[in-house]
Amino acid sequence: MKAGPGIPSILKTAFVNALIALVLFSLMVGIRTEAGASGQLTYWTRFGELVSLVAAVFGGSIVLELLRQWIGPTGAEKLVPPAVKSGMSFIGRYVAAALLIFTLLVPVIFYNQRYILDLAILVLTYVMLGWGLNVVVGLAGLLDLGYVAFYAVGAYSYGLLATNFGWSFWVCLPLAGILAAFWGVLLGFPVLRLRGDYLAIVTLAFGEIIRLVIINWQELTGGPNGVSGIPRPSFFGIPLDNSDDGLAAKLGIEYSPTHRIVFLFYLILALALLTNWATIRLRRLPIGRAWEALREDEVACRALGINTTTTKLTAFATGAMFGGFAGAFFATRQGFISPESFTFQESALVLAIVVLGGMGSQLGVALSALAMIGGFELFRSLETYRMLVFGMAMVLIMIWRPRGLIGHRAPTVYLTKANAISSDLVKEGHG
Amino acid sequence: MSGDKILSVDRLAMRFGGIVAVQDLSFAAERKKITALIGPNGAGKTTVFNCITGFYKPSGGAIRLSHDGGSTIALERLNDFRIAKQAKVARTFQNIRLFPGMTALENLMVAQHNALMRASGFTFLGLIGAPRYRDAEKRAIDLATDWLKRVNLLDRADDAAGNFAYGDQRRLEIARAMCTEPALLCLDEPAAGLNARESAALSELLLSIRDELGTSILLIEHDMSVVMEISDHIVVMDHGVKIAEGTPREVRDDPKVIAAYLGADEEEAAAVMEGGS
Ligand SMILES: Nc1ncnc2c1ncn2[C@@H]1O[C@H](COP(=O)(O)OP(=O)(O)O)[C@@H](O)[C@H]1O
Ligand SMILES: [Mg+2]
Repeated sequence: MKAGPGIPSILKTAFVNALIALVLFSLMVGIRTEAGASGQLTYWTRFGELVSLVAAVFGGSIVLELLRQWIGPTGAEKLVPPAVKSGMSFIGRYVAAALLIFTLLVPVIFYNQRYILDLAILVLTYVMLGWGLNVVVGLAGLLDLGYVAFYAVGAYSYGLLATNFGWSFWVCLPLAGILAAFWGVLLGFPVLRLRGDYLAIVTLAFGEIIRLVIINWQELTGGPNGVSGIPRPSFFGIPLDNSDDGLAAKLGIEYSPTHRIVFLFYLILALALLTNWATIRLRRLPIGRAWEALREDEVACRALGINTTTTKLTAFATGAMFGGFAGAFFATRQGFISPESFTFQESALVLAIVVLGGMGSQLGVALSALAMIGGFELFRSLETYRMLVFGMAMVLIMIWRPRGLIGHRAPTVYLTKANAISSDLVKEGHG
Repeated sequence: MSGDKILSVDRLAMRFGGIVAVQDLSFAAERKKITALIGPNGAGKTTVFNCITGFYKPSGGAIRLSHDGGSTIALERLNDFRIAKQAKVARTFQNIRLFPGMTALENLMVAQHNALMRASGFTFLGLIGAPRYRDAEKRAIDLATDWLKRVNLLDRADDAAGNFAYGDQRRLEIARAMCTEPALLCLDEPAAGLNARESAALSELLLSIRDELGTSILLIEHDMSVVMEISDHIVVMDHGVKIAEGTPREVRDDPKVIAAYLGADEEEAAAVMEGGS
C-alpha cells in the first residue's frame, strides 16, 4: 500500500466533516417545524435521525479517505504502463468512430422503441451542451456556472420568434445562436477582470438573473406559464405530420409519429457534430490556441501581445452560441418552454459532464454525457435512492480519475508526431 | 553615452503603498546592443521590467521606445498586451512562464498569435481553410522550427513544455519571446539555475540574437560571467536607484558597485570581481 496520510489525519478529516454535517443537519433534520392545525408553529426534535446522519458522514469520510489511498489520486495513471496507455489512445480513436457509427444507426436499430429514441435525443442534447461549455471551461479555462442562461436565451429566442412572427426553425436557429452569443459577450464584459471563484459566482448569478427576468417579464415571455404552441421543425419547409402535404404523404409512405422523432434525432446529431467540428477546427486556429494558452498562463499571454479581453469574450460568445443552438432545438422538440427548464441544476449537470469527461476532451465529454444521462435513467428503478447511488458513482469516478475519463490533451500542431500530453501538466485555468 | 537609443527611461519611479521600489531612475538602451541591468536582490530590477512591459503602471517618469523608422512610443501610456503587440517589446520572466500543457511548437505558435490572427481573417478565413491562412500557418511553423533549431530543442518540438528540464525551459521561453519578432527583448535572469556549459551556450545565443538579427536586448542577470562577457553597457541599481553605469570594465572597477554587492551578499560580490577577469 502507498504511504498516505496516517490514521490520525483520516480521523481528523472525518471529524471535521461530521461537525459540518452536524451544523447543517441540526436545523434541516434535527428540528422539524410545521404549521399546526390553527396556524401556530409546531416543532419536534428528531435527534435519532440526526445522530445516524452524522455517523454516516463520519463513517463515509473514513471510507472515502481509505479509497483515496488505495485507488487514487492518480492511481490509474500510475498503474497503467505507458505501452498500454498508448494502446488505449489508439483504441480511443476507434472508440470515437465506432460510437459515431453506432449513433448514426440508433434510429434504425431502435425504431420501435420510442423510449430509447427519446433518451438518445436527450443524451445528444447534453452532448451538445457539454461540447459547447467545453469551449469555455475546458479550452479557455473560464469556470462558467451559468451556462443554462444561453440555453434559455436560445430556447426563448426561437419560441418567441416562431410564435409571434411565425418564423421558421431554420431562420430562427442562427438567430438563436447569435442572440445567445450576444448575451455571452454581455456577460463576458463585467466578468473579465474576475478570476476563479469570483468568476464562478458571477456567472452563477447571471444564470439566475436570466431565469428571473424570464419569470417576471410576463408580457414577453409569459412568465411562469412559459411559451406554448412552439412550432415543430419542418423538413426544410415540408411538415412532418399527417397532412396531405406532409413528408410521409409526399414520399408515399404511411405516416407514423416516429418519423418526427427520428428527424429530431438526426437534427440534434447534426447540431452536435457541427459543434464538435467547429471546436476541433477552432482549436487548431490561432484563436483556439490562444484560448488554451489563456488557460495555461494569462500573464504570459499578455506578454506575447495577446488581447486577453477579446480572447475571453470570443470564448464566452462561442460557447454561448452553441448553447443557443441547443436551446432552439430544445424549444422545437418540446413545443413548450418555461423557466423551470432552465434552473441552476442544468448548469451544474452540464458542468459535471465536462469535468467528468476530462476538461477539453471531446470524446470524454460525449462519453460522460452518455454515462450521466443514460446512467441516471438506468438507476430509475432505485427510485428515491437514485440520486444517492448516482452521486456515489460520481465520487468514485472522480477518485479513480481525478482529471476526468479522458485525461490527455492532444496537441493542435506537430512537426513529427502528435504526442498525447498527460493531464498532469495541463492547467485548469479558471480565471 | 552616444548612439541610437531604442529605449530611454527618464526619472522612473514606482511605489507600492509606502514601499519605494524604484526611484528617479534614468538610463537608456542602445539599438542593436546588449544593455544589462544588475544589482543585488531586491534592488528593483524586475520592477523596472514590469514598468517597461506594462505590467505595472509607473508612479512617475517616462519610458520612451523609438523604433527604427523614427516613431516614438510612450510605453507608460500603453497597457499590457499593446506593449508587446504595438511597441514590439518581448520579455521573459524571472520564474519561467511557459504554457506547460502545450508542446514546445505550440508555445512558439501562440507567440505568433497576432500575425496568424490577421492571416486567418480573424478566424473566419481560417475556419473555411482558406489557402492564405494555410500558407501563413506554414510560415509560422517554419519560423518556430527555425527557433527550435537555434535553441537546440528541435528534437523535442512535440513534447509538452512542462516536461522540459529547467535550462531547456529557459531557452524555450527566449525562443518564444523571439517568435513575436520584437524590437526590444527583455530577459529577466535568463541564466538563473543554468550550469556553466548552459550559461556559455546562452551567451552565444544572446550574441547571435544581437549580431545576426539586430535585436536590442535588455538583460537582468546575476551570473557575472554572462554579464561581463556579452554586455555592451551595464546599469547598476541598488535600493531602487542607479548607483553606477558604464562599460563592463568601468562597472567592475567601480568601488560603489563593489560596496553594494559586498553589503548585500559576499558570494555575489566575489562573483562580480571574478566575472570576466
Ligand atoms: N507588486 C509589488 N508589491 C509590493 N512590493 C513590491 C511589488 N513588486 C516588487 N516589490 C518590492 O520592490 C522591491 C524590488 O523588487 P524587485 O524588483 O523584484 O527586485 P529585483 O528584481 O531587483 O530582485 C522589493 O522590495 C519588493 O518587495
Ligand atoms: Mg528580480
